[in-house]
Amino acid sequence: MRFLETGLSAQRDARLVPVKLNRREFLMATGAAGGGLMLGVSLETTAQDAKKMVFPPSSFIRITPDGTTTVMVNRLEFGQGVSTALPMLIAEELDCEWTKVRAELAPAAEVYADPGFGIQMTGGSNSVASSWKQYRVIGASARAMLVAAAAQQWGVDAAKLDTRAGFVIEPAGQKRRASYGSLAAAAAKLPVPTRVGLKADPADYFIIGRPTRRLDSLEKVNGTAQFGIDKSLPNLRTAVLVHPPVFGGKVASFDPIKARAVKGVEAVVQVPVDRGGTGVAVIANGYWPAKTARDALDIKWEAATGPTTADQVKIYRELVLQPGLTARSDGDAAAVAQAAKRIEAVYEFPYLAHAPMEPLNAVVDLKADACTVWCGSQFQTIDQLAIASTAGLKPEQVTLNTMPAGGGFGRRANPSSDYLVEAVNIAKAMKQAGIDAPVKVIWSREDDIRGGYYRPLFVHRVVASLDAGNALRGWNHTIVGQSILKGTPFEKSMVKDGVDSSATEGVVDTPYRLPNLQVSVHHPEVNVPVLWWRSVGNSHTAFVMETMVDELARAAKQDPIAYRLALLDPKHTRVRGVLQLVRDKSGWTSPVPKARGRGVAVHESFGSVVAHVVEVSVDKNTIRVHKVTSAIDCGFAVNPLTVEAQIQSGMVFGLSAALHGQITLKDGVVQQSNFADYPVLRLAEMPEISVHIVPSKADPSGVGEPGTPPIAPAVANAVFALTGKRLRKLPFDLTQA
Amino acid sequence: MTRLTVNGKAVDVDADPATPLLWALRDNLGMTGTKFGCGIAVCGACTVHVGGQAVRSCVTPISSVSGPVTTIEAAASDRVGKAVQDAWIRNDVVQCGYCQSGQIMAATALLKGKKNPSDADIDAALSGNLCRCGAYARIRAAVKDAARTLG
Repeated sequence: MRFLETGLSAQRDARLVPVKLNRREFLMATGAAGGGLMLGVSLETTAQDAKKMVFPPSSFIRITPDGTTTVMVNRLEFGQGVSTALPMLIAEELDCEWTKVRAELAPAAEVYADPGFGIQMTGGSNSVASSWKQYRVIGASARAMLVAAAAQQWGVDAAKLDTRAGFVIEPAGQKRRASYGSLAAAAAKLPVPTRVGLKADPADYFIIGRPTRRLDSLEKVNGTAQFGIDKSLPNLRTAVLVHPPVFGGKVASFDPIKARAVKGVEAVVQVPVDRGGTGVAVIANGYWPAKTARDALDIKWEAATGPTTADQVKIYRELVLQPGLTARSDGDAAAVAQAAKRIEAVYEFPYLAHAPMEPLNAVVDLKADACTVWCGSQFQTIDQLAIASTAGLKPEQVTLNTMPAGGGFGRRANPSSDYLVEAVNIAKAMKQAGIDAPVKVIWSREDDIRGGYYRPLFVHRVVASLDAGNALRGWNHTIVGQSILKGTPFEKSMVKDGVDSSATEGVVDTPYRLPNLQVSVHHPEVNVPVLWWRSVGNSHTAFVMETMVDELARAAKQDPIAYRLALLDPKHTRVRGVLQLVRDKSGWTSPVPKARGRGVAVHESFGSVVAHVVEVSVDKNTIRVHKVTSAIDCGFAVNPLTVEAQIQSGMVFGLSAALHGQITLKDGVVQQSNFADYPVLRLAEMPEISVHIVPSKADPSGVGEPGTPPIAPAVANAVFALTGKRLRKLPFDLTQA
Repeated sequence: MTRLTVNGKAVDVDADPATPLLWALRDNLGMTGTKFGCGIAVCGACTVHVGGQAVRSCVTPISSVSGPVTTIEAAASDRVGKAVQDAWIRNDVVQCGYCQSGQIMAATALLKGKKNPSDADIDAALSGNLCRCGAYARIRAAVKDAARTLG
């Protein structure tokens, strides 16, 4: 790929498209400290809103006299590359020099809310898609103000001026030029344009659409990057928290004597924990003393009950034989019964932990009238409210600073803000114990693996009916699994008639023409906290859809890609394009190498479509994935280098789960504890991978998650091609297939 | 008090001698570039060099540290370490970045011992370093790229 190192001028002409921000937003400019321009979005003010307008938090862009352009990123950077992509959007329209662009993660504030969701969040693979217009408008507005400032200084018509790589230039006449840095202070005093033009033709782009290296690499390769866990403050204490072994369990009694005797330990306190439980926190002058003391604690727990996975699966497998709440019902449900031939299959998916490399943590500085928190949060404004209510403060008294996070995959986007509420409760308990100091709460890896909020366990059943000529006549699909969204603020919009849409996505919106499609769900209540996990419902639905379609192709004795193309609803042109691209790039029609199997799967999620073609071998029941060829249509690829990285990343995440991942419980107690018994993919297991992007001028869609869903079914289909064994349970175990 | 040599400087650490080097670096010396990932030497995020060898600092008590310690903060002062960091940036390896200190220290130790590592050498040296972002393809490419630039 070609890399862009500096900005070039872009043509702006009649093709510019005028745009406005959403109705309730307008831009505000202000002088920056040291003489510069700051530009931000403010909410349209009503009398009661006026007091919320504060600078600098509402600033999105800051240009200082030396030309340094700092872009505030209203998302969490946790690997997906948003702190490079959003600055690219501004740089494109601002026409500044890319080497002078810096990114800063924005703290929690209403102005940084997602334009679509109304909360400040990072999820649903929507960061670039959602900010596509907003960030470019901010860049274009700043540019217009800088041009106006130059026009005023030179006494010329702004329309006669152009910009190039951080300079306003006068193409004709005296051919003057002025740097953005020198104009910023004057520009800040000018009115913000109410309408600006955006480049309409991607041919005019100088940076977006070009493979662009990340802005945050240097600090992440030399050890200077500060993650939440690295935050330091004067007098900072470290706390570890022992959670109950069963979710929601309570401490009966505990003996702190040995723990208190550890040098460096200051307090051992009982605190409320998530789901109405209680736990014991150790506060010390560092992690090691806290951990040593924790290991010396003797805690007796009240009796509590929870599931045993094997029994739970048995119940789910009985439930899946009964129709549940209707999620979709097309045509004639009885079509299945009248079919000449039926293919029936039951599928099983385990609980999965997110296991980001950086264990959960939070730094809390709690004062009588304020609380400051540093944390890698995917849900800043939701977490800010939870912190405020736990601390007994007003939301405006809570400052939540967004720290880069070492992964998250959904775990840091919890509607119950579990780990932050617990951290504030520990800070409160410290105050009561007379320790007036900020605290850093660190989860161990064991706390992380056992701490709940898993991708739910699911069982699916599909009965596909065929006529005598093997044409599909009906698809009857039942899904059993806990609802993620019930009881959360998302319930109202995402749970309809009891059906949690996050459990049925990928089935009810299938791009295939499935006649007489019947989809129903059961949402059992189980004492295991569940949450979204990279690609959410698609993490299981894609497997069922794409392996069953593969079975149908085999039954019809057709090529799996040709069968899919024929079954596809013609309006799903992206799926068609992606299948065609992956077929061409993978050598699909060439002979399969000896002792290998080849398989394909395609899935649409978060507005994008990804297909993987894989080549596998099997040695003593161990599956080895050698080669992955991927194709994606994500609309316009803002940073193709990131798109490639995210498809690789999503694929690895899905392959980890397919080959290794499972959380099991016995009497409510999680049986895994660390990467030794919750293994994830290692370098030696990494297949060769190539990623191909469908060229597109459509608005950008998701990239962070869509690579995950199709990998497990592609591998299962390849294993079938090689061995004739159908894998329907994850993680894969060929000894049981 | 335990005396260590960290990145060429003698330092005294006031901690229990059983304290793992990881926590002495992070909490006592304020050097947070070395990361905590698992605490049981199965993820590699805490990899540092002791006497030139890659070790897991999360299970290495400071009382057992007998050689000079090099951490990610000083990787660039070494020719091989610098080449690895540069290759990492050139190949845009980083995603969340949390495991990368350990990856870079492991890769540097590999290239100090083997100038032109094969895929099997890279697998053997780096398979103990987990990356949940799945940056493995670019990690492999960057190791080879660094080897090329070192000649």
